[in-house]
Amino acid sequence: MRRLRYYGPAVAIFVGVLAVWEIAVRAFGIQQFLLPRPSAIAAAFTEHFDELVTVGGNTLVEAVGGLLIGGVAALAVALATARWTAASRALLPFAIAANSVPIIAFAPIMNNWFGVLNPLSKMMVVAVLVFFPIMINTLRGLTLVDRSSLELMRSYAATELAVFTKVRIPNALPYVFTALKVSATLSLIGAIVAEYFGGARSVLGQFIITEAAFFRFANAWAAIVVASAVSIAFFLIIVAIERVAIPWHASSRSAESS
Amino acid sequence: MSVRGVDKVFGTGRERTEALRRIDLEIPQGAFVSLIGPSGCGKSTLLRLIGDLTQPSVGTIEVNGKTAHRARLDRDYGMVFQSPVLFDWRTVQRNVELPLEMTALGRTQRAARAAAMLALVELAGFERRYPWQLSGGMQQRVAIARALSFEPALILMDEPFGALDEMTRERLNLELLRIWKQTGTTIVFVTHSIPEAVFLSTQVAVMSARPGRILEVISVDLPQPRNDLTREDARYFGFITRVRERLRGHDVAPPRAAEVAASG
Amino acid sequence: MFRAARGVLSFAAVIAALGVLWEGIKLLGGDPNGAWTPPFQWTVASDLNMPHVWDIAASFVEPAQRNGPPLGLVLGDAALFTFREAFGGFVFGALLGLALAIVFVHSRLLERALVPYVVASQTVPIIAIAPVVVIWLQGGWLAVAVISAYLTFFPVTIAGLRGLRSPDPRALELMRSYAASPRSVLFKVRLPAAAPYLLAALKVAATASVVGAIIGELPSGIREGLGGAILNFNQYYVSGPPKLWAAIIVAAIVGIGFFVLVRAAEAFLMRGRVPAAET
Repeated sequence: MRRLRYYGPAVAIFVGVLAVWEIAVRAFGIQQFLLPRPSAIAAAFTEHFDELVTVGGNTLVEAVGGLLIGGVAALAVALATARWTAASRALLPFAIAANSVPIIAFAPIMNNWFGVLNPLSKMMVVAVLVFFPIMINTLRGLTLVDRSSLELMRSYAATELAVFTKVRIPNALPYVFTALKVSATLSLIGAIVAEYFGGARSVLGQFIITEAAFFRFANAWAAIVVASAVSIAFFLIIVAIERVAIPWHASSRSAESS
Repeated sequence: MSVRGVDKVFGTGRERTEALRRIDLEIPQGAFVSLIGPSGCGKSTLLRLIGDLTQPSVGTIEVNGKTAHRARLDRDYGMVFQSPVLFDWRTVQRNVELPLEMTALGRTQRAARAAAMLALVELAGFERRYPWQLSGGMQQRVAIARALSFEPALILMDEPFGALDEMTRERLNLELLRIWKQTGTTIVFVTHSIPEAVFLSTQVAVMSARPGRILEVISVDLPQPRNDLTREDARYFGFITRVRERLRGHDVAPPRAAEVAASG
Repeated sequence: MFRAARGVLSFAAVIAALGVLWEGIKLLGGDPNGAWTPPFQWTVASDLNMPHVWDIAASFVEPAQRNGPPLGLVLGDAALFTFREAFGGFVFGALLGLALAIVFVHSRLLERALVPYVVASQTVPIIAIAPVVVIWLQGGWLAVAVISAYLTFFPVTIAGLRGLRSPDPRALELMRSYAASPRSVLFKVRLPAAAPYLLAALKVAATASVVGAIIGELPSGIREGLGGAILNFNQYYVSGPPKLWAAIIVAAIVGIGFFVLVRAAEAFLMRGRVPAAET
């Protein structure tokens, strides 16, 4: 009963909007390319299901690949620089400023470097996109440790390595997962935007462009829905991993979003 | 100010907690009444009932000849909590002015009133400072100044000195008595400390463990004004013992309530 | 003061180090330059893919097109153009985000109904929606600002919700004891308490608005902005590689510049408050 109360309003809105959308498009004869009817989109979805799965999958591969490359690099840099407070303090302002660069401007460059048709070019855009949020958050997690915890470890005459593994890394895990959740959605969006600057045919971004160019808007919207769904699924997978990896923290998070 | 036949119950069904049971309390004007009892006895709840921050399940509360609700809307009382609850984006002066901003007073009048209150708590000169620049004791004095700023007839205090060290606490006790004498307000004071309750009050209301009942109202007729000598008076210790004995045997909750506490 | 100077200095140092690294890579695996033949051959490091740092710098003063004004000026104009769109989007997005946060704080029902969609909105690839917005609003400045606002409102909403809920419950009790109106509570307690959270989000939003503006220009066919410049120099990359890099550098400067501006505003607005942790 509680569940219903909690999710009820959101579901009601979903159903309501769909209904109004369907009726309004028919009633007002709104032009097709602005807003095809939900029923038309659903039909397009079932009709092109296989193709959508293929292109969606390819784009997802780019997103995940980029997340892995960027994430591993970010973790490595963060772990390396956390040791030397001078280095991390110098790097942090740069990283924060670099994070405000519209990374998307690099898409054409990556296409030139790695080849327009090569998925690696899209992965590299995603990698650069997720690198800074993950690095900044991990660095924060490794350095913003409770002073009393560090003093406790000193009283045990613990080695730096022990402090690292027993205190800093566990402390950093919640921060890392926060960054990963943000990066999940970012990676998919980054992959699609990068594809807009040119890419192989069998990717979501190019699919949307092609279908739109041929005025097959229901197909284009179906692909957009797929992109959104995959993004949400990716996010939820990370949330699930977080619950397993750091149950002690996730349980206290309740409904807070990153 | 009177509380009549008040019960307070929280929650329903399995999570039902009876916080207060059949509370009857009369507080004369100008009195200094302490509420003392074991943890969870509902003294803070009783304070909030008087302040109309929560409503009784059964019974009535009258403040200043009106209902508690009316008294709140008429701003008849001020409140001080255990932590100062100052706004860290406002200066000391602006913090004291906060309640006045909801009255019809003009800006100069507000500033004048705030300055007067700060002088009363002996913090003149600190108007432009920010809360984080003051010590805990000073912050609490600002909170008291704020509670007094609109000259209420009643002040409600919920363990205001609980977070301070012993020496600051004793000093602030004396200051509070001085302010009480000067303004003539009625004060209802919740505390954990038996010596503090006896030292400050004209009456001490001793409460039982949950569900809270008033066990006895002890009139503390030590001479006024109270000062450091009072703390060496034999009768002072006598009253402390009386309160302590009254609490003893009533500071353990009956089994059923303990069960509820354990499962909830 | 010193902290700011130190930040700028360390930033400049890292940039310089990057420049050295860049040329170092070219030295090892780039194209032959005069008498020097590099030991390796990496396509990535060729003069086409990685123009020399000095070539990129030089391109700023050379004309962008035959007999045209210098590239630096062209990019400067484009940057201003894009910044205006971004700023518009930033303001729209920030106001929308704050309005939503205020509504959600006062109505749990609306919050439960709409927050999932607010979050889901960010999973929709804006670049796919952009053409629709452009057609609907008949292109131009407004459409790009709307697209920019789409990316901006989200962090502000989330931060606003957290910040508006952050005050000590006892502060709210205090306001109840003053019989304060909900409006008083909003303006005297919730909004000031939310300010630090909102300003942190606005820094993120500043970046997002620039990204949104550049992305928004792409389907709009707008040539005067940075998006158009990047598209143009990408198309004609082979005829002038440094130009694309120059455009990217300018885009970066706009992004960082806006961030710094918001940071300065934050420092000004938060003066006197408890000194908080770094950024």
